[in-house]
Parts: sequence; C-alpha cells; structure tokens
Amino acid sequence: MDGYNFAYLDEQTKRMIHRALLKAVAIPGYQVPFGGREMPMPYGWGTGGVQLTASILGADDILKVIDQGADDTTNAVSIRHFFQRVAGVETTTATTAADVIQTRHRIPETPLRAGQILVFQVPIPEPLRFIEPSEQETRLMHALEEYGVMHVKLYEDIARYGHIATTYAYPVKVDGRYVMDPSPIPKFDNPKLDGNPALMLFGAGREKRLYAIPPYTPVESLDFEDHPFEIQRWEHSCALCGSDRSYLDEVITDDKGGRMFVCSDTDYCQTRRGDVA
Amino acid sequence: MKKPAQEYPVLLDVQDITRLYGPAKGCEAIDFRLHAGEVLGIVGESGSGKSTLLRVLAGLEAPDAGRVIYRRSSNEPEAARTGTGKHESGGDQKENAEAALDLYAIGEARRRALLRLEWGLVHQNPRDGLRMGVSAGANIGERLMAQGQRHYGQLRATGQAWMRQVELDPGRIDDAPRTFSGGMQQRLQIARTLVTRPRLVFMDEPTGGLDVSVQARLLDMLRTLVRQLGLSVVLVTHDLAVARLLAHRLMVMRHGQVVETGLTDQILDDPQHEYTQLLVSSVLTP
Repeated sequence: MDGYNFAYLDEQTKRMIHRALLKAVAIPGYQVPFGGREMPMPYGWGTGGVQLTASILGADDILKVIDQGADDTTNAVSIRHFFQRVAGVETTTATTAADVIQTRHRIPETPLRAGQILVFQVPIPEPLRFIEPSEQETRLMHALEEYGVMHVKLYEDIARYGHIATTYAYPVKVDGRYVMDPSPIPKFDNPKLDGNPALMLFGAGREKRLYAIPPYTPVESLDFEDHPFEIQRWEHSCALCGSDRSYLDEVITDDKGGRMFVCSDTDYCQTRRGDVA
Repeated sequence: MKKPAQEYPVLLDVQDITRLYGPAKGCEAIDFRLHAGEVLGIVGESGSGKSTLLRVLAGLEAPDAGRVIYRRSSNEPEAARTGTGKHESGGDQKENAEAALDLYAIGEARRRALLRLEWGLVHQNPRDGLRMGVSAGANIGERLMAQGQRHYGQLRATGQAWMRQVELDPGRIDDAPRTFSGGMQQRLQIARTLVTRPRLVFMDEPTGGLDVSVQARLLDMLRTLVRQLGLSVVLVTHDLAVARLLAHRLMVMRHGQVVETGLTDQILDDPQHEYTQLLVSSVLTP
C-alpha cells in the first residue's frame, strides 16, 4: 500500500465526506453537496459510490460490490479490486457476510440487517431535473416542498402508455418530506427501501451530491389513487434456482430465439442452488 | 329583482409602487385599488412600465418602494376555496385571521403558494406559461396536482372539461402543446391557469401575436370566462380594442407613471390627458 493513504482518499477528504454524510443522515432524502474528488476512474463508473465507500470503510470491514445484482461483472470486479489494493480489506460475495455493500442498480434480494451499509452509485441525483433544468429552481422547489411536477411525470406516463411506465429511478418520498431519486434501481426494489434496517447512502460523483436513508425510515413510492404503485412481475421463475420472487434478467442463449430468465442477484441465486443441492 | 351590490370589497391595494431600472425605466409611484370582480386594464406604449408593474403586482419582482396588499375576504377561508387544507396546515388558522397580506413581507414560501393556489398569470407567449414537453392534459392538471389531487381519472375529466370550456377539442388531451397553433396554445394556457379557480388573474398581452379573427374569438371567450367565474383581472395591453372589450377601468401609463385613470369608455371616448388623446387618436379603427 506504499504511496496510498488507507482506502485511497486522504483523511481531510474523508472528514469532509463524513460531515456531509452526517448531515445527509440527519435530513433523510436531502441532497448534500460535497467536494467530490477526482477518482482514478471515469465519471459514470461509480465515482460517487467509491468515494463514500472509501470514506466509511474500516480496516476490519468486509466489502461486497455488485453491479446490476451480479458480483462478477466488470464494474463490480474492478471496484472490488480497487479496494482490495488500496485498503487491503477482505471482500466477499455473500450478502449476509458483508458489512459494506457498494451497489449499482440493485438492492440485494437477501434482506439486509441492522449494521450493514448499502452504498449506491447515482448518475443523476435530482428527481426534478427532467422537468426543471435550473438547479436554483429545483433547490427552491425542494425547500418549499413544491412537488406537484413529480406527478406531472407520472400523469404523462399513464396518458401515453396507459400505466405508470417508469420502471427504474422511480421517485420516492422519504420520511414524508423530501422527494428523492433512488438511483436507477428497478422499481421492484423500491419496497425494500421502506423501513430497511440497513443504512443506505447515495453518492453522485459527477454532480457532487450525496444523500441518505437512515435505518427504519418510511419511504413511499409516488403514485395516483386510481393507479397505485406496482412492482414488475414475471410469468417465469429463475431457470437456475427456481425462485419466483426475485428480479429476473432475460438472457439470450443462442441465435435461434433461445432465452432464459435468471436471477439478477447472483449471490442470492447461488445460495439457493447450494441450498437445493 | 335583486339589486347588485354597490360596494365591492377591495382585493388588491397597491400603495406607491416604484421599481426603476434607471431614470424613467420601470414604473414609479403607482397607487391604485382593484376591487373584487373588476377587470383593470393597463395601457400604454412599449417601454411605459406596464409589464414591470405587472411583474411587481404578480409577486415576481420586488419593488424598490411601496407595498402590494392582497385582501382575502374573511368569509371565504382559503382552505374552503381550494379544497385542500393540506398545504397551509398549521398556518391555516393564523392565515384566515389575517385577511390582508403584504405581498413582499410574507416570505417567499407563502408568496409562491399564493401564486399557485389563489392567483394566476397568463403570459403573452404561451411557451412561457406552458410546459411544452408534456401533454395538454398534464399542463391543465399541474396546478391541481400541486394542490394535492392524486386521482388520475378525475384529473383527466377536469382536463377535458376545461378543454371544452376554452373551445379546444377534448380529444387532443394527450397531444403535446407544440402541435397546437398559437391561438390554441394561448387557450391551453388560460385553461391551465383557471383550472384552480383563482380569484385574481394577471394577463400580459393575452392576445399579442395572434391574428385578428383568432384574437376576436379569444377575447369573446375570455369575457365569458371572466363573467362566469367572477374573476378579478389585471390586464396589460397596448391594444386599445382589447382594453375596450375586456376592461371595466383603465390606467394609462407613460414613462413609468400613470397619466390618467377612469372608466374604460370614459377614457377612450373623452380622453383628458394629451398623451391619452394621442393614443386614442392613433388607433386606426377604434
């Protein structure tokens, strides 16, 4: 580890991020600006999440990194190697064994427990951005709780598609106050945000914002009375483990139209297969 | 037959408003009262300070001096009008008690809530007042959703009813405003503004940029709506024909100051100030 501070970031930067995190935990769902640092990877690869993980990681912590639910995809592998190298921490693929889980686009299927920390990589932290391009205006809208436009988006979905067609980054209201973009997780995972015993931290590297959902915080997905919030469902079960309650990926297996549906959470799938065998 | 009320309560009390960007640029020492159910026209040439005054009145720009007092009638509490007590909960009791609100003393949060719930603003260019990226129905429903309406079917029914009211085809509720003509966009903007039944509406050249036949139908529709809904309107226009059709009372502005006020027909038929005389005589077809 010569030439690097523990977990790459210098201690001053970590302190700055800790302060921002404390504020974020104190005001659930509120976007706290922080002085984002250059990381040795491009924006869009999870620089926000990596900075949060680097700040909170302790020497005895066990780290798990997932990308779209899988432990073995490029993003997950490279970030795991990064922390092995700059922090020398133990890593795992088992959700239950991990203290810190950095994730892109999924919340693990295995229920999290108190004491665990889930770190999300966030591309666009501002849920109002699609309709209001001005940052000054969106901050004012958050401050004054002017959230009518969020329903304009959902209304537009129903008008165009007959149902709420937003399937990921589905807006939520945290603790009855701030409307928050839960990062591009599928709306299948939204119910897991509600009252979760784990601490959830969100980091956006390019936009230099972080926010948090403290443990056991009520999180509600926005909807209409006559078009209530619904999660995705599949007609299939996982082709490998047979689960009928996990988020499934469609995998093309040949060029003759062959396909199969498998769990996107690889650890969950493997654990179940181990249990069956 | 019931006699109409003689005394209409004062809705807007404008006291000595000054907003200057430079000498004679803006508006200076404007003083007037707007009564409930009244349509006040502000006329004058370009650069006379009409639009500046409107922006100050509508809560968009703080004046250098003076006050804008908005008087709620005490027998009509806000919550009953808008159908939701949710937004103002907590402050409700206090707010109903104080019937007079000083627009620039109440703080931004309440000023914006007022603009959203009880007032309306119709821009000259419908593109400033509409969300061009979302459908007509979403545009009409936005203010209702901001008030807390969460029933898609009802929002849609209200949207279609309002499209009929402003003479738009309700079948086009899912079309984007950009596919509408200029006149139709203006109708849509009016529907979007009036859907929450505001008490006071500000209009900045609502018929500007439209051709004459479209203007005539829009004016006709506006006149009907103003009467049906009992709106109070502050109307800024440079077109005396529009003022004659819509306004009960006129204020003539020049170089940021009011040069003459009076009933519309009185001003247009018997102008006293030389500038008003010039203005009236320069109209080709009065």
